[in-house]
Amino acid sequence: MSGNGHCSPSSSAAPRAGQHRTVALVGPPNAGKSTLFNALTGLRQKVANFPGVTVEHHSGLSRLPNGVEVELVDLPGVYSLDPRTEDERVTRDTLLGEVAGIRKPDAILLILDSTNLGRHLMLAAPVLATGTPTIVVLNMADDLASRGGSVDTEKLASQLGAPVVLISAAKGEGVDTVRNFLAGQFAVPRPVELPVLQDVPRCRQWSAKIGTQAQYRPPAPPLWTRRLDGLFLHSVAGPLVFLALVVMVFQAMFSGAEPLMNGVEGMIAASGAWLAKHLPDVWWRDLLVEGVWGGVGSVIVFLPQILLLFLFIGLLEDSGYLARAALIADRTMAKVGLQGKSFIPLLSAYACAVPAIMATRTIENKRDRIATILIAPFMTCSARLPVYTLIIAAFLPEKPLLGPLLGTRAAAMLGLYLLGFLAAVVTARALKSSILKSDRTPFLLEMPPYRWPTLRGIGLRLYDRAIAFLKRAGTVILTVAVLLWVLAHLPLKDGKAPPIENSLAGTVGRTVEPLIEPLGFNWKIGIGLITSLAAREVIVGTLGTIYGIEGDAANEDSVGLQKALQKDLDLGGAIALLIFFAFAMQCMSTLAVVRRETGGWKWPILQFSYMSFLAYVGAAIANRLV
Amino acid sequence: MLQLSFNKMHHRRTSHSRTLAEMHEGEEAILDQLDLPDDMSRRLMEMGFLPGHVIAAGRCAPGGCPQVFRVDGSEVALRKETAKHVKIRHSK
Repeated sequence: MSGNGHCSPSSSAAPRAGQHRTVALVGPPNAGKSTLFNALTGLRQKVANFPGVTVEHHSGLSRLPNGVEVELVDLPGVYSLDPRTEDERVTRDTLLGEVAGIRKPDAILLILDSTNLGRHLMLAAPVLATGTPTIVVLNMADDLASRGGSVDTEKLASQLGAPVVLISAAKGEGVDTVRNFLAGQFAVPRPVELPVLQDVPRCRQWSAKIGTQAQYRPPAPPLWTRRLDGLFLHSVAGPLVFLALVVMVFQAMFSGAEPLMNGVEGMIAASGAWLAKHLPDVWWRDLLVEGVWGGVGSVIVFLPQILLLFLFIGLLEDSGYLARAALIADRTMAKVGLQGKSFIPLLSAYACAVPAIMATRTIENKRDRIATILIAPFMTCSARLPVYTLIIAAFLPEKPLLGPLLGTRAAAMLGLYLLGFLAAVVTARALKSSILKSDRTPFLLEMPPYRWPTLRGIGLRLYDRAIAFLKRAGTVILTVAVLLWVLAHLPLKDGKAPPIENSLAGTVGRTVEPLIEPLGFNWKIGIGLITSLAAREVIVGTLGTIYGIEGDAANEDSVGLQKALQKDLDLGGAIALLIFFAFAMQCMSTLAVVRRETGGWKWPILQFSYMSFLAYVGAAIANRLV
Repeated sequence: MLQLSFNKMHHRRTSHSRTLAEMHEGEEAILDQLDLPDDMSRRLMEMGFLPGHVIAAGRCAPGGCPQVFRVDGSEVALRKETAKHVKIRHSK
């Protein structure tokens, strides 16, 4: 530690006028830091990036018993404050007030797992050495008690020279006590002694000694975790359970989400029709109904499916199973040069590449992390689904292949999933044996005990995702929809919109037509390809708008859309379009998040070029062959 | 038979440095030494792999790697290539 230790003079930290007190949450991974953070802040949190680095932090406001609000900053989980990984550097710098734009915290909430206090107390040493007022929170009190462990918090408090609270964040027990402490006076910690921070064995001896003084009795080993691991990590049953779970998640996403999606679709169609009927017949009625309602609505339909996937990932992660899945997947991932920790982000990429890319933060090795980020968008994300569904339905007659089990359409869909997966594997191999070559990374993964996921934790996750998705629909997709509608109606001729091929949008489409002709696409598909650069699913809305304006298929429902498409594409072109969408990087949000996570334009540009090239060549070959 | 077990004993004596990678499920030993780059061994020590601590081998992923080890109240999975650089000695 660079020791500007005891330089905070104010022990009772009177908040400056108009400012909240700031409290940083620090703790090792799996100590339940986020659970406590959620319990204290509820929905009043926001996500932001630390300036200059790729580490994200949550912050939120918590109302205290005395009516005052305090700002909580959730820092990344760390084992020490030795600045070796980016997470540790950010945590350390924030605690010392060395991050521009973030105030030095007035106090620290140090969250430790009470069932593993011996090891977790090691983090108390560098935290207390910062000299910042600290409240030590021992989490998982219910687990500790039920497994026969105990600790004397008062004795521990006097050893550490800081208040100690025993809580169970998941059950909400003791959270009010934490609030009371946050409302009270903050005092600089006065530990009886501190070890030499650089010496890990000494730190462990120190924590053992403190533990003994505090009459810490470690709990019995988690029996249920052992029993469950007997099944989940069994040499035969383990992989079977793993496969069954993956299949189940997919099955639920496709068949389970369908009624929900139909419901949402019906609601959007009904409300659109209602609007069209009740609005006065003016020019902006068409904009609202065709452009906004049609464009944004066609995307919102996918909200249930996305939430369902996040529900499963949330359940798997919060229960502790995902760590076991990473363990089982490690060997397979190692074959393509990656590691088990890449499995979790890649699984989430089937929902959406954006959260998947954010989830790569758990991969310590930078090159592995970048490789995972680069291949994640090949996974068939939910935004590709509407495109696949539309084209397959329009061009592939449904015939049974394997009796009632598998039809041609489902097989085509499965084939497209495999295609994306293969592209990811081949790309990963190529990257890891060339520009991202690294030694086989040390794989270090802590296996947390199994726990029941809480309703609150899962609920907050889903809320987070829903808001993010709706924001996207309300910004990116809305803008594209409105812009397209306007471009398709200009320039006005005698106060009337021109035929669509002479409109601005049509002109753009016809300009790119020679370029995409080898793929079997005409200018209308060309417009769709351009608008889908914003987000893949936009092409469906775009084609709907174009055909709607053309009046060919007066209604924008999916059957009308399919019929109209059959006039514009032959089978070769349709397959080329599917392959194009399987490979191409058409997603502004993903590019933005890649830029943010890799800290520059180099990787997103490389990724975009590579994927576009693959898409173009793949589609051209497919169109030629069919 | 006698000869065999004698050989085994002998083998253990001369190259007394067994490693984590040679432990089988359910076996216990004492951690002796980490022959790894400084960063890596510090990280392992922070996760509980401290010389002198009792370590128990747990379940493996299919194919025997990575393997879970129980040490200092935690369960941590390591690949064989890392485990083979962590020396152990016998617990009494």
